[in-house]
Amino acid sequence: MSTPHSLRQRSMLLQAIRSFFFNRDYIEVDTPIRLPVLLPEAHIQPFTSDGWFLQTSPELCMKMLLAGGCEQIFQLCHCFRKEESGCYHQTEFTMLEWYHRGWDYTDLMSECEDLFNILASRVSGLNGLNAKGDIVYKGRTISLGKPWSRLSLRDAFVHFADITADEAIAKDRFEEILVEEIEPHLGWERPVFLYDYPVQLASLAKVKDDSPDLAERFELYIGGLELANGFSELVDAAVQRERFVQEMGAIRQLDRDVRMPEQFLQALERLGDTAGIALGVDRVMMLLLGKEKLTEILPIDVRIMQ
Amino acid sequence: MYSASDLRKGLKIQIDGEPYIITDFQFSKPGKGQALYRTKMRNMISGNQFSNTYRSNDKFEKPDLEERTMQFLYAQDGEYHFMDTTSYEQIFLSEEQLGDNLNYLVDNMEVQVLFFGERPIDVSLPTFVNLEVTVADPWVKGDTSGTDTKPVTVETGFQLQVPPFVEQGDKIQIDTRTGTYMTRVKE
Repeated sequence: MSTPHSLRQRSMLLQAIRSFFFNRDYIEVDTPIRLPVLLPEAHIQPFTSDGWFLQTSPELCMKMLLAGGCEQIFQLCHCFRKEESGCYHQTEFTMLEWYHRGWDYTDLMSECEDLFNILASRVSGLNGLNAKGDIVYKGRTISLGKPWSRLSLRDAFVHFADITADEAIAKDRFEEILVEEIEPHLGWERPVFLYDYPVQLASLAKVKDDSPDLAERFELYIGGLELANGFSELVDAAVQRERFVQEMGAIRQLDRDVRMPEQFLQALERLGDTAGIALGVDRVMMLLLGKEKLTEILPIDVRIMQ
Repeated sequence: MYSASDLRKGLKIQIDGEPYIITDFQFSKPGKGQALYRTKMRNMISGNQFSNTYRSNDKFEKPDLEERTMQFLYAQDGEYHFMDTTSYEQIFLSEEQLGDNLNYLVDNMEVQVLFFGERPIDVSLPTFVNLEVTVADPWVKGDTSGTDTKPVTVETGFQLQVPPFVEQGDKIQIDTRTGTYMTRVKE
């Protein structure tokens, strides 16, 4: 369980996150967390709730608000993912998600840099930072100075693995190599954006204009930890429907119920160019509060009540 | 059957017909990707370490493991004979299978024998055993080196360090996990 001191730091960080977005003209939204339908994602398993589902992310509802005319929105909310439990995973976790119409994924990368720098400079007494404002994690010093490193996923495979990203996908070894051979090296001098994912690994992201097998998706890594996932949103409803059909096929093979989120696809038609990103708040808290386990920064670890 | 999401430290699973205990476990999941269950385990028969990464749809059989309370009867020609205290069935284990447990094993001691199917594969002793000191230097009263220890031999032939006041014929309690002296036992 958290101490009053770390709860205060958590509270100050939450407030600083909100100020950051208010100062940039974002609207804070709080959408329902219990929903009758979710976006079909084969590798994310939802909890059911009296016939409905607990959200695995607020993406569906937030994109509906954007389609309704909002330009810039953010949300701090709890999300639920079944069977995700480990050192850096909790089945219930806090997500920060934000969207900006008219932007693409590179704009979001810059905004991530700004967000972390503001958090590190505005919140005093964070145990995870040294006097210069660098993150100190697992005994190493990570500078938040801009610009952060950018590494394409394909180059990361060339650099750290002995097979290419495409070969890894074909052999169903993509996740294994990413987790074991690439991620541990990422973001130890300064944060790294891993970008341009093969399109089959980016169901909701926009395809790159100049290379149709890649999607405009990125992940942010600091100290080997994956902290955020962002992309230029796929806004072509017909393409999105095709991708969902594929995902739904994979989900049905796992004997899980799934249906097409029709209202979401209708909303997509009205979205226009938009970029969006989801950031794992608990992991960021863990880094900034100088801890190495998620359970050390959760206000309450519910497992003690079992 | 267990599925990958049941994996955790201490769980016992069966792979290729042999029982394994999980010694280290880490869940990982790259964003939006498949979950990976990175697992280190030890073969419960050979002791060999082994690591592997599993996926959500991997399944594992439960090994047929049963612990039975047995009494140590006697040793003969390197075979150590035990009797099931409920069924009176007798089995024997080799010196190699018993390993360090031999340091503490005396006639009539009750132990837990782990069976994999019909095959005895491991023995757990009580955490604390009382053994008689058979060889000890006498305690020189007035010895000022009160904090020192001295070596003694117990009835199994095992040697350990004890406080200087322990004498030949005393019974002492030993922690079988560490082989260290705990206290002198009054009878």
